[in-house]
Amino acid sequence: MRGMAMRRYLSLAGFLFAFWLALSGHYTPVLVAAGAASAVICVLAAIRMRVADPEGHPIELFWGTITYFPWLIREIAKSAWGVTKIVLHPSLPISPTLTVVRASQKTTVGVATYANSITLTPGTITVGVSGKNLTVHALVRDGALDLESGGMDRRVSQFEGSV
Amino acid sequence: MFATAAAAILVALALAVTRAIKGPTVFDRVLAGNSVGTLAIMLLAVVGFLTGRPEFLDIGLTYGLLNLIGTLAVLKFFRHGDLAYDVDEEARS
Amino acid sequence: MMLAVEVASWVLILLGSFFTIVGAVGLVRMPDIFTRIHAASVTDTLGVGFLILGMCLQAGFGLVTLKLLFLLALFFFTGPVVAHALAQACLHEKIKPVLAEDRRGHDRPRQSNEDDGRQP
Repeated sequence: MRGMAMRRYLSLAGFLFAFWLALSGHYTPVLVAAGAASAVICVLAAIRMRVADPEGHPIELFWGTITYFPWLIREIAKSAWGVTKIVLHPSLPISPTLTVVRASQKTTVGVATYANSITLTPGTITVGVSGKNLTVHALVRDGALDLESGGMDRRVSQFEGSV
Repeated sequence: MFATAAAAILVALALAVTRAIKGPTVFDRVLAGNSVGTLAIMLLAVVGFLTGRPEFLDIGLTYGLLNLIGTLAVLKFFRHGDLAYDVDEEARS
Repeated sequence: MMLAVEVASWVLILLGSFFTIVGAVGLVRMPDIFTRIHAASVTDTLGVGFLILGMCLQAGFGLVTLKLLFLLALFFFTGPVVAHALAQACLHEKIKPVLAEDRRGHDRPRQSNEDDGRQP
C-alpha cells in the first residue's frame, strides 16, 4: 500500500511538471529547475491537503481511460447529433422526462464518472445524486429509457473494474 | 476560414445575450452567462489565429478557469445568499 | 498533403461553427431552463470540439496544439460540473421542469415529489 501511494505522488509530480513544461515554452536551466521545484511543492501541498488519494489522482484508471474515452466521445457525438436535429426541427419535438437510474459502480470515483458521463452527453443531465441513485433529466423519452436499460452503466463499471 | 468561425461565434454570442436579456429566471441568465464565457474563449482562440498570435490561448485557458469558478460562485450565492456558506452549520442548527 | 490538411481543417471548423450556432439557437428556442441546458451542451461538446480540432490541424505539431488540447480537456471536465450545478440549483429552488413524463418512481415505491436529489 505504501508503494502505491509513492507511485501516486511520483506520477502526480510527473504530470504537474509536464503540464508546467507545456505551458511555459521556455527551456533555460533556471526556469526548468523552478518548474520542477514548483511541481514538488504542489505535490507536498496536495499530500498535506489529502487530495493526492485514489479520488484526487486515480492512476489505477489510466488504462481504462484509453478505451473508455473513445467510446464516450462516440456516444457524445451520436447524442449531440440527436439534440441538433431536435433543435433545428420546426416543431421542436421534445418530451422531457425525469427518471432515476441506479449506478452499479463500487467506488465514488466510478459513480462520479458515470454521473459526469451522463451529463456530458447532450440530451441527458444528472440533476441529483443521493447515494447510488442518480436523478436524470432527459430531453426526450427515448434518452431516459436508453439510460434505464443500463448500457452506459455497464461500460463505466467495466472501465472502473479494469484496474 | 477563421473569419467564418469568428462570424459564427459572434452570431451565437448574440443569441446567448438574447437569452440573458429575456431571462426569465436568474438561472437562465447564469446559463447564458456561462455560454457567453465559453464562446468568448473560442473567440479569443480564433482571433488569436486570425491575427497570427496564438499566445491568446493562454488568456483563453485562464478565462476558462475563471468562467467555471465565476459560474459556481454565482450559483452558490443565489442558492444560499452567501459565498462563505457552511453546509455543516446548517446541519447543526 | 498540405491541401488535404487544409481541406480537413476547413471542414472541421465549418462543422464546429455549425454546432456552435445550433447550441445557441437551442438556447433561445427551448421552453424551460432544463431543456436549455441540453441545448447549451451541444455548443460545449461538439461545437468547441470541432473548432479546436480544426485549429489543431492549422497549428501543426507543437505547443500551440497542446494548449488547444488543454483547452478542450478543460471544457470536457468543467462542462458537466456547471451543467449539474445549474440543474441541481434549479430543482432545489423548486423550479418545475416542463415534463412529458415523470419516471422517477418507476422502479421503486414513490417517495415525496419534492425530492431535490440532495443527500439528507
